[in-house]
Amino acid sequence: MNVRVLLNSRLMAIVAVAGIAAVLPAFFPSAYYYRVAALVFVFALAAIGLNLLMGFAGQVSLGHAGFIGIGAYAVAVGPTHFGLPPWLSFVAGAALSAIVAFLVGRPILRLKGHYLAVATLGFGVLLSIVFTNEAKLTGGPDGMSVPHLVLFGWAARGSETWYWISAVSFMIGAALALNLLDSPAGRALRAIHDSEVAARMLGIDVARMKLTVFVISAVYASIAGSYLALFNGLITPEVSGFLRSIELVAMVVLGGMGSIMGSLVGSAILVVLPQALTFLHDYEHMALGLILMGVLIFLRGGVVPSVAAMFARRRP
Amino acid sequence: MAIKRLITALGVTLAALIAGGQTASAEVKIGAVLSVTGPASFLGDPEKKTLEMYVEEINAKGGVNGQKLQLIVYDDGAKPSEALTFAKRLVDEDKIVAMVGGSTTGSTLAMIPVFEEAQIPFISLAGAIQIIQPVRKWVFKTPHTDTMACEKIFGDLNRRNLKTIAIISGADAFGKSMRDQCVAVAPKAGITIVHEETYGPSDTDMTPQLTNIKGKADVQAVINTGFGQGPAIVTRNYRQLDIKLPFYQSHGVASKQFISLAGPAAEGVRLPAAALLVADKLPANDRQKPVVVSYKNTYEQKSGQPVSTFGGHAYDGLMILIEAAKRAGSWDKAKVRDEIEKTKDFVGTGGIVNMSPTDHLGLDLTAFRMLEIKDGDWTLVP
Repeated sequence: MNVRVLLNSRLMAIVAVAGIAAVLPAFFPSAYYYRVAALVFVFALAAIGLNLLMGFAGQVSLGHAGFIGIGAYAVAVGPTHFGLPPWLSFVAGAALSAIVAFLVGRPILRLKGHYLAVATLGFGVLLSIVFTNEAKLTGGPDGMSVPHLVLFGWAARGSETWYWISAVSFMIGAALALNLLDSPAGRALRAIHDSEVAARMLGIDVARMKLTVFVISAVYASIAGSYLALFNGLITPEVSGFLRSIELVAMVVLGGMGSIMGSLVGSAILVVLPQALTFLHDYEHMALGLILMGVLIFLRGGVVPSVAAMFARRRP
Repeated sequence: MAIKRLITALGVTLAALIAGGQTASAEVKIGAVLSVTGPASFLGDPEKKTLEMYVEEINAKGGVNGQKLQLIVYDDGAKPSEALTFAKRLVDEDKIVAMVGGSTTGSTLAMIPVFEEAQIPFISLAGAIQIIQPVRKWVFKTPHTDTMACEKIFGDLNRRNLKTIAIISGADAFGKSMRDQCVAVAPKAGITIVHEETYGPSDTDMTPQLTNIKGKADVQAVINTGFGQGPAIVTRNYRQLDIKLPFYQSHGVASKQFISLAGPAAEGVRLPAAALLVADKLPANDRQKPVVVSYKNTYEQKSGQPVSTFGGHAYDGLMILIEAAKRAGSWDKAKVRDEIEKTKDFVGTGGIVNMSPTDHLGLDLTAFRMLEIKDGDWTLVP
């Protein structure tokens, strides 16, 4: 099959990833590999949401880990303090993230560029402080344990189970995102990315579109956060910290802004590389930094768009 | 086809990279997940150096039970989620026989289920009491707890016949946790906390809070729980306001840096600290003296950095494990675990350890020494 068609036809990409995800476990020698792969899918899910915001609507968020934190703490606090079943806490977390994103997004999405970046950064730090200081509810800096997700009497536990849950969720998340981008709303988003003034001239309600996509991206992050908490069985404020927010942005930029599959590649790079580079011991972080710099210098548009462009050039 | 080749190439490279760290050998593998970088690197860095230098020394002497040790250290960057991933890797891929480390409480709590399920002895280097309460079959720890620091201070207060106190605590993780522990054990010690104040971790002036304390007639002594620069500022303000009451700091400031930050104001301040801090000043008949002096000299010589109690916790963890393995006569995980639990009269840098099936820490209040700052240096309170 022509590579260009494969990369261009959107849903084909998901089918391809689904195929790889189904075959991959055959090469996994142990549960550890399932865990790493599951983490790739979980963070990819959060990165898709952020990519919608950054790559399509053109808005930066340096506080997205805050929403991961809301989702994560929802499945921990809900069952422990309010007696809610985990699945309901999961849904409540996503709903809460949407509401918070809506309330916060209204004022701060009026800001542009650096101002928006700083405002979202402040929001993320604020949430992180809340998770750290509300020790009665969240267990404080040492975190709290998370009960297993139980559906119809079946408890989701173990790396293998979570590999399949996160892989399938990623496919669904990616399909929904691609679907959104192919709709009039998606075209409006891309118009905003290119020029807000032109988009407004075309009759697009820019403020509303930005807010909508901010809420959607918050829900993606929240779901990823809930998965992470349920999968780990423990949650600490670190999950919502500033460094996690930066990591998410790095995933989006590395994989390729505006490329849904790029989110998966970006997540794979940042989750797998630290594991692969441990043999370098003290030089691990230096090597990681060099590789990331190399990617940004030589594959400037991000891995997926740059590689796709290379193949497109080679085959006229 | 081209993309297929690319994917294959990527896959092969990654597999080679991941496999690169493992070399087949008959060595016994000991795992460690430490926060070598990131916000908790002040814990993980000395711990890693300590483990590496002592494993090297043990191997130079021929190893344990006829087998040399191979230490596998992973850096979790103080992220519990990464710690959990590395714990799985140590169990599934590296096939370790025992685990020392987990620098932070969060990382330790995240890893506990992995080692409990795999039935591998796990000696944590983190502080919180939740790690060993309730007792878990395979989990142990070496550092003393905040509760013990509170009890040590209260013991000293009782000896000086001071019963009503005020607490001023920092809103950082350490300060808050210790404040909670102190409040919890105060009634048992017969101490009444009549007043409480807090300050933010980055505040630069605590005179208002201290003025409040000064105005309370029934306060007989003041305790400050906190970490970093906060306690040094509190100490300076304390002297500026000319408060004459006895003043206690926590083991969180047990470093020379505190004395230099607080300056002359630190004179007369008392605090509980591990014996390691006053290694040279311990009386000659102190049972811990040879151990702490030897560890201090070895560490400072090999790393070129001042010794810290955190590295000492790693030393204790490794040595408890080694002693247990020697007694067990093999590296059988269950036998080693049983022997760790039977650790009796082990003299470490953190104190004298006596473990039991109901106590997987094994330290008592003698682990802490009460120090007083005199002439810009630590002195032991007799």
